[in-house]
Amino acid sequence: MFTEQAATVERVSDTSESAARQLATGARDRVRFEEEALDLSDQVYGVARRLVGSREEAEDLVQETYARAFRSWRSFQPGTNLRAWLFRILTNLNIDRGRKVQRTPDMQPLEEGDYFLYNKLEESTSDGNPDEQRVVERLSQDDAVTALADLPHDFRDVVLLVDLADFTYSDAAQILDIPIGTVMSRLHRGRRMLKRTLAESAVEQS
Amino acid sequence: MSDFAFDPCDKCEQMMQPYLDRYLTDGEIREAEEHLNGCEYCRRRYRFEVEFRTFVRSAVVEPMRPELKEKLRALRTPL
Repeated sequence: MFTEQAATVERVSDTSESAARQLATGARDRVRFEEEALDLSDQVYGVARRLVGSREEAEDLVQETYARAFRSWRSFQPGTNLRAWLFRILTNLNIDRGRKVQRTPDMQPLEEGDYFLYNKLEESTSDGNPDEQRVVERLSQDDAVTALADLPHDFRDVVLLVDLADFTYSDAAQILDIPIGTVMSRLHRGRRMLKRTLAESAVEQS
Repeated sequence: MSDFAFDPCDKCEQMMQPYLDRYLTDGEIREAEEHLNGCEYCRRRYRFEVEFRTFVRSAVVEPMRPELKEKLRALRTPL
């Protein structure tokens, strides 16, 4: 009887030790997960800043993103793409906010071909054969920010994920839950709209 | 309709974005590069496109404030 009791005590302490070990492993995984997620915060903020109209909103959105990510860390599958997982939370939260600050006009900006911007800039230089570097220098940083903000949000989401955050077409498709063909068409059209807007501002200024 | 029905520079213009995104098949890449090698008009526009992407990226980036970084660190689970 005594031995039996001892055996039970041993089993119990075995169980609690392994539970403690598991807990420790869980805590370690969680710490690692949180640190890895925090390492990506510059990129998350970079995109968030262009998804919304102001710095304050972008900061709120990023905080909400991390709060949700840390809360639901168990739903992240280790070994899968943490960056894509975080950006999915970010873009979903932005849609949930009802995109309250809708700076986007209902009308879609017109688009031209891919060579349009270069052609316009080249036309409006005195030098008939400008080099590409100098042509780009005629574009203003503020105009780029405004032109991006003026894109309809569906197009902007894709342009930001691919051109700013360097996601592949298929990652962007998964993040936004849309088919890859839609990613491609929105990306290409979004870039052309951006160029058209920039071409107009550059030619106005010259 | 053969390929001759298309202006090769029009075709190059259409392939430019997927080419820069590395989203073409090997055959399409070869085709695009053959055209670019022989066409100064498109090559200029290709080089501009590369510059333009770098420009947009650096133009729209706004660094995060250190205060926000601190706030995010504070969201971590306490040990």
